[in-house]
Amino acid sequence: MTTLEVRDLVKEFTLRSGLRRSTLRAVHKVTFTLVPGRTVAVVGASGSGKSTVARMIARLEKPTSGTITALGPDGEPVRDRAYRDHVQMVFQDPFASLNPFHSIEHHLARPLLLHGRAEGREEVREQAAQLLERVNLPTALMDRRPHELSGGQRQRVAIARALAPGAQVIVADEPVSMLDVSSRLGVLNLLARLQQEDRLAVLYITHDLATARHFSDDILVMNRGRIVERGPADAVILDPHHPYTRTLAAAAPNPELRGRLRSAEPEPKAATDRDHLTYDHDAGRWIDIDADQPAAA
Amino acid sequence: MTTHNPPPRTAPPAPDAARPVLTVRDLNVVYRGDRTVHAVKDVSLTLHRGEILGLAGESGCGKSTLAYAVNRLHEWPAEVSSGTVTFHDRDGHDLDLLALRDEELRRFRWSKLSMVFQGAMNALNPVTTVRAQLEDVLTTHRPGMSKQQRRARCAEVLDLVGVEPGRMHSYPHELSGGMRQRVMIAMALLLDPQVMIMDEPTTALDVLVQRGILREILRLRDELGFAVVFITHDLPLLLELSDRIAVMLRGEIVEYDTAETLYRHPRHPYTRQLLESFPSLTGERGAFLRATGPASPPAAGPAPHDQARPAGSTR
Repeated sequence: MTTLEVRDLVKEFTLRSGLRRSTLRAVHKVTFTLVPGRTVAVVGASGSGKSTVARMIARLEKPTSGTITALGPDGEPVRDRAYRDHVQMVFQDPFASLNPFHSIEHHLARPLLLHGRAEGREEVREQAAQLLERVNLPTALMDRRPHELSGGQRQRVAIARALAPGAQVIVADEPVSMLDVSSRLGVLNLLARLQQEDRLAVLYITHDLATARHFSDDILVMNRGRIVERGPADAVILDPHHPYTRTLAAAAPNPELRGRLRSAEPEPKAATDRDHLTYDHDAGRWIDIDADQPAAA
Repeated sequence: MTTHNPPPRTAPPAPDAARPVLTVRDLNVVYRGDRTVHAVKDVSLTLHRGEILGLAGESGCGKSTLAYAVNRLHEWPAEVSSGTVTFHDRDGHDLDLLALRDEELRRFRWSKLSMVFQGAMNALNPVTTVRAQLEDVLTTHRPGMSKQQRRARCAEVLDLVGVEPGRMHSYPHELSGGMRQRVMIAMALLLDPQVMIMDEPTTALDVLVQRGILREILRLRDELGFAVVFITHDLPLLLELSDRIAVMLRGEIVEYDTAETLYRHPRHPYTRQLLESFPSLTGERGAFLRATGPASPPAAGPAPHDQARPAGSTR
């Protein structure tokens, strides 16, 4: 059973500079499939298009071309309004994504009511309490406001809110990069546990290769809007083929390589001859998505 | 751990042990209020010339409070309750920073000790150009400089941090996050300081930009010979970058050693916990719950979400 299929996704933005106009292709022919109980990580530097992919899946941006199809348990495509029950997003900044004027209960009650998951005060409160318990928060937080919570607690509320409409697909855009180190693993472990309990499909957007490797099953590496390498997490990180993936892996802090910063040798530059190619670890070969070859999902 | 256990004072040999530039002795900072918060407790540190000292710890541990105390930026309700901060000038004079009066303090700040603030990329004034903000530092501290000299110096520091000097006419929003961060570092370099305090200078940046900036800092350190206090919660980064590291927990320095020793033989359990909070890119999964394979059953047992949380964390 497939939960979400993304095919040949393209996003172009129009840039205006005075009277001149140009288009920027932020996402170029991105194809992948999310299935229940599996996590796919999208890694890349700032501006690589990974957040644009997330925003298109959450229907916050309209794709220029390509399709995003969510399939329900019955195999039928999920349409319009139901899509928003089906696919939910967790944003990067838990300080900005919760409304400071509203209580935690309100944040959970709104999606429960809007998506018809609960009716009446009692039922809503009961379900909101259950949601808080699922994300390991005490139900006593229900009447608090966001500013009374720590970053990690807020991000848990954001996750509970995403679960409220009964989401099957969670798009987590850098869910822990704004959090303190000590709460990062807690939030990721929570997502992993919920995912396995509910058989959720998770798209994990990050620039942290280490958590991408440990937290996900498959990794897509993006550079300038293109997927340049894809495959099982360990294969991509431990045996990177694309020069860009290697650059990215080398940039992560590594105490074992103390002193390399001091060396005079210049930063390794990614070769450009393979920029338009994708290395697919499952297929075990390079793929040119522009050459009408089917890109294996 | 007892509260007043003195931090390990047996400071390891530094690159240039004979020439300290900044000495902090038994510093205490409190926040007065309904309940007095003891934010920095008996902290002693020595920063040597050309040294990069890492200050690690999570949010709320007092690391920024300590940096602010050294730069005398605290206002009521924060108060330095005891201790000394001594600056050893290049010309051999010692300055008692906590005793500086208004005008002395104004002259000291930025010219001898500068700071790159947390969230530096949002610290620039959005309504004036980068050039105006850089030149402002020079008109204040170097009133004798001519317009041409100021312009040339601004171009010079921008060039140092790898920002094309032509960009000085830009407004902050026209620059990327990494460039704004570099502009802030350039601003901290303007007066050729002997100490630079960097408070989480790369936290919001992606790894590639971060690496570029770290290289820049090390190169500048080698060329200009200033000392750096690098504050971050990213311990792996500090282990790679700094000469010595002080780990802070609830206002106290619980471990203070060379990066090498701290990495190979962490003594304090909190240091070990911090190290474990970062999954290794190529190594084991560490404290990660997630089992391998897609078909693994749901994790059994009580929710382990707090497994990796070091004791006493506030978040």
